[in-house]
Amino acid sequence: MLSSIRTLWYTFLHLFHRSETVQYPEEMPYLAPRYRGRIILSRDPDGEERCVSCYLCAVACPVDCISLQKTEEDGRWYPEWFRINFSRCIFCGFCEEACPTYAIQLTPDFEMSEYERHNLIYEKEDLLISGTGKYPDYSFYRVAGLAIPGKDKGDAERERPPVDRHGLLP
Amino acid sequence: MNPIVFGLLNIVGILLALVIGAALLTWIERRLLGFWQDRRGPNRVGPFGSLQVVADMIKILFKQDWIPPFADPVVFVLAPAVVMVTTLMAFAVVPVTASIGIAGDMNIGVLFFLAMTSLSAYSVVLAGWASNNKYSLLGGMRAAAQMVSYEVFMGLALLGVVMLSGSFSLAAIVRAQSGLWFVVPQFLGFVVFVIAGIAETHRLPFDLPEGENELGAGFHTEYSSMKFGMFFVGEYIGIVLISAMIAVLFFGGWQGPLLPPIVWFALKTGVFVGFFILLRAALPRPRYDQLMAYGWKLMLPLSLLNVALTGAVMLTHW
Repeated sequence: MLSSIRTLWYTFLHLFHRSETVQYPEEMPYLAPRYRGRIILSRDPDGEERCVSCYLCAVACPVDCISLQKTEEDGRWYPEWFRINFSRCIFCGFCEEACPTYAIQLTPDFEMSEYERHNLIYEKEDLLISGTGKYPDYSFYRVAGLAIPGKDKGDAERERPPVDRHGLLP
Repeated sequence: MNPIVFGLLNIVGILLALVIGAALLTWIERRLLGFWQDRRGPNRVGPFGSLQVVADMIKILFKQDWIPPFADPVVFVLAPAVVMVTTLMAFAVVPVTASIGIAGDMNIGVLFFLAMTSLSAYSVVLAGWASNNKYSLLGGMRAAAQMVSYEVFMGLALLGVVMLSGSFSLAAIVRAQSGLWFVVPQFLGFVVFVIAGIAETHRLPFDLPEGENELGAGFHTEYSSMKFGMFFVGEYIGIVLISAMIAVLFFGGWQGPLLPPIVWFALKTGVFVGFFILLRAALPRPRYDQLMAYGWKLMLPLSLLNVALTGAVMLTHW
């Protein structure tokens, strides 16, 4: 009986507590920089696409919502098309973890509702952004040992020249 | 003014105020529950969300009004009307102020109030029975047992007030409190009456007839649309009725300094309506056997003790 009255009093005191509610559309909640929201494809600092079509994201995706097609141009690999079905995506972030070139990244944005389901299928031009995302300085082709036009083997950052296996000098 | 016109104005005014007030209470309740749970409650429609009622009304009126094929259609339709009619009828004897009120001076006011609240038990029982559904029936049976047993000492709790004021008329009871509110000499009666009132309106924590987590929704499981709405408006009018009765019987009704009498009445009633909502926010529901044991083993002896003590004091000191 007494505890009931005490409960009543404590509940009444909550009238003077601050409300926990965040008034969402007017007042945005804070989303951490590494929040797992809408997926984007980033570019390297030179403005080239980072994605090298290795298919690792599509393999890692537990709900198979990523599909893409590799194509090649001047020794660089690109996705011919890149498609993410966001009506399937569970925003687990495995694609981001699998990506060897930091190309695919999850962003702090979740406001992507659509009235029609097929509008949730994002094509490459919807996914590509003009910036570098979370890793501003990384450029795959600058650090990779792959020869592309304008950068021969051994020219990459912190890469020694290739060993001449036919030479006699030590 | 012509007394007939005045009487009609009284009736229409009280009726409108009650129905609109009961509808608004749905919003007030949700808002207050929100505050007490550190939320905000409905605050989107209209100023502070006050037009939420209108939105809810539109929605509930456009819902399909469905009578299940296995139900007893006549009783099924009748049941929600009974609760509205009886609780509204009970308001006829509540003296809002000395002049406002339909039959505040009726010489059997207290008895009329008790009779009407007892009749409203039929609504719940009939709803449970006509739904032809075991959960509804269980809810209806619980309501019947609960209301009948709490009815007993609700009447007994009022006896002390009736003895002190020497009248069954509610207006006379209010006038008898001009010196001292009856809550002071009749504190025990007040506590018992409040608890019986909660059980009578089957509000939380005594809402066992509904008992969402064990009976679905109890007696109104099969109800939809405005018939469901009627049960709820009826329940809210019941809250206002019990609150008004607490104010009239124990807190001096319309009497108070400075402010006009109608404001005092509304204020006192409002405080108890708020208290009812606070109860819902704070207390868990007891088990059914606990509820019955509590009623018969604790509240009934207490109310009898109250009557006996009041009688003894009156015999020795008057």
